[in-house]
Amino acid sequence: MVRIIFLIFFGFLSNGAAAGVTLNIGYLRVDVPRPPTLSNLDPLPENNGLAGAQTGLQDNQTTGKFLGQSYTMASTIVPHNGDVLRTAKEMLVVSPYLVIDAPSNLLLAIADLPEAANALLFNTSSGNMALRDTECRKNMLHSLPSDVMRTDALAQVFIQKRWRDLVMITGTYPADTAYAAAMRRSLRKFGLKLSSEKIWQADADMRRTAAQEIPLFTQEFGDYDALIIADETHDFGRYVLYNTWQARPIVGSEGLSPQTWSPVIEQWGAAQLQSRFEEQHSRDMTGPDYAAWAAVRTLGEAVTRTNATDPETLRAYILSDDFELAGFKGRALTYRTWNGQLRQPIAIAHPRALVAQAPLEGFLHKSNELDSLGLDRPESKCEVFQ
Amino acid sequence: MIPFIKATLASTALILTGSTAWSGEIWVTNEKDDTVSVIDTDTLEVIQTYPTGERPRGITFSKDFSRVYICASDSDAVQVMDPNTGEILHDLPSGEDPEQFVLHPDDTHLYIANEDDAITTVVNTKTRKVVAQIDVGVEPEGMAVSPDGKIAITTSETTNMAHWIDTTTQELFANTLVDSRPRHAEFTKDGAQMWVSSEIGGTLTVFDVSNQVELAKMTFDVPGVHPDRVQPVGFEFTQEDTHAFVALGPSNHIAVVNAKTYEVEDYILVGRRVWHMAFNADKSRIFTTNGVSGDVTVIDVASRKALKSIKVGRFPWGAAFRP
Repeated sequence: MVRIIFLIFFGFLSNGAAAGVTLNIGYLRVDVPRPPTLSNLDPLPENNGLAGAQTGLQDNQTTGKFLGQSYTMASTIVPHNGDVLRTAKEMLVVSPYLVIDAPSNLLLAIADLPEAANALLFNTSSGNMALRDTECRKNMLHSLPSDVMRTDALAQVFIQKRWRDLVMITGTYPADTAYAAAMRRSLRKFGLKLSSEKIWQADADMRRTAAQEIPLFTQEFGDYDALIIADETHDFGRYVLYNTWQARPIVGSEGLSPQTWSPVIEQWGAAQLQSRFEEQHSRDMTGPDYAAWAAVRTLGEAVTRTNATDPETLRAYILSDDFELAGFKGRALTYRTWNGQLRQPIAIAHPRALVAQAPLEGFLHKSNELDSLGLDRPESKCEVFQ
Repeated sequence: MIPFIKATLASTALILTGSTAWSGEIWVTNEKDDTVSVIDTDTLEVIQTYPTGERPRGITFSKDFSRVYICASDSDAVQVMDPNTGEILHDLPSGEDPEQFVLHPDDTHLYIANEDDAITTVVNTKTRKVVAQIDVGVEPEGMAVSPDGKIAITTSETTNMAHWIDTTTQELFANTLVDSRPRHAEFTKDGAQMWVSSEIGGTLTVFDVSNQVELAKMTFDVPGVHPDRVQPVGFEFTQEDTHAFVALGPSNHIAVVNAKTYEVEDYILVGRRVWHMAFNADKSRIFTTNGVSGDVTVIDVASRKALKSIKVGRFPWGAAFRP
């Protein structure tokens, strides 16, 4: 009955009455310089993430015009050594909804601002597990998958393909070591063996010598089923492919890779999102773009269904059973009520095609198969979220 | 076990020797082969394959079946084909990325969903001119027109609405929210109800056409299939609108819904990722397009049993009948 009244109400609005519900969204990016990499073949787009938020905003606006709801977004980019907290405070005066691209320490600092106490923040940049665990915050949702969601997805592929004996090469940057840590955790979780690990010491220019260096470097691994590359900085990984001593698959940051989003996803209506994005921004959609898109669409979906703009109502709706986001991944996306993580399938892709999508068939879960990826309710030590 | 074998033999015999009341053809668009496959409804074999534009999806015939209209999505055109020769006669201006369309009862106006542009385009098939373009929600797809021709419906996948178009003014007069990713819409024959499927929401919503109020919402529960994979897409009403056959996408099943009680009476296993469907002449059989398995399943409507799978092109999508 409630739903019917709801529909009549919207039907009435769309017949011409101006309702004047406006949701303001802030997009905040902290510009962190990237470490130097061996190859400059794939520069990160300047508007990485922001472009996704803009596409999400446009989707919201199109929907909103039929309901008398409008959306605005103000974006601010702060250098990493700038006054991030002051900027965040200023933005929180305008809107309690911030979509943030920042390192995890700054995400936490923003979430802990007194001004953010009643805000709703979206982490679209950090896969850090702690943010979904001991360091979770009541006012922070995560539209980007955690690192462990992605490495769990890859571990499911190992199980399915019976690649049980793994070795790993890890870079030395923080993103690489974090990814390696997540991978070790996933291998343990799924009972797989990591028989050997090597650190990539960045002291050779592999554009000249990969063919000579990598066979020697990987010879010491002996035999194994697959080689994991933990190189989230994308420094050396690309030179390992087709240069290893053993002819074995390469997985992880290169080769067969678990991804938030990839230009090769075209199923589940994704071709439409890809072409809409490409038309607007003249480039492919990345994982950070997708996370920002999902954050803005989450807010849009909540406003569409509740016709409200206050954080309390929207947060309650987003975490309720009624919420579902159609995220072009073939299943409804919802938020984990124990830590605010957006549940989502993970693409297992190489640069030319989608190979699989986790959760893979057979990885069952008592309530939601998507919770076979990442921190499940009993594992998460997040206590303040609910 | 023995009765089962007998039944199978009996239905096989029916396929080989039996003949339906009227013969006819089922035309299937093959999204990733840029072709249409023509299936003989008696022999249940592919008798013709014709090339089309890129990524053909929606398909429908003119009322006298002398023309077949095909949405060639990636060619940004609606193609008009002579179904007797397979020759493309001309293209209609369709707006960008036409995905699905519906032919108005006047046999002249096509209402076309332009998926990439959030627009419904109305084209006059005689003058080959665009009559109107109507702003709708993001990713319009499902298209329907009321039997009296007064109302056209567009459903938008990302906006999650059914948009109600007054065909006299070509303007929206109502927008009703439905569950996530609406895919297909149909009016009942008496024009009293309009049904919408929601792929990600996993539901089928019934509206009262007179006031656009939701009358009912159906959910599906396919035994042994995770609810997330139960994704209603295309559906069709049986003779006299007593039941609806609903394609449930990657659950690889068709649901048979009682159109009076709104209860699911049966689930029929078909090919992988079932999309759309079309009946034969007397509606005794229904032909479903199975996107992933690249085949068409023939279902006997009375017994609700799958009779045969027919291999067609890659990723079959739309289906339409002609006598």
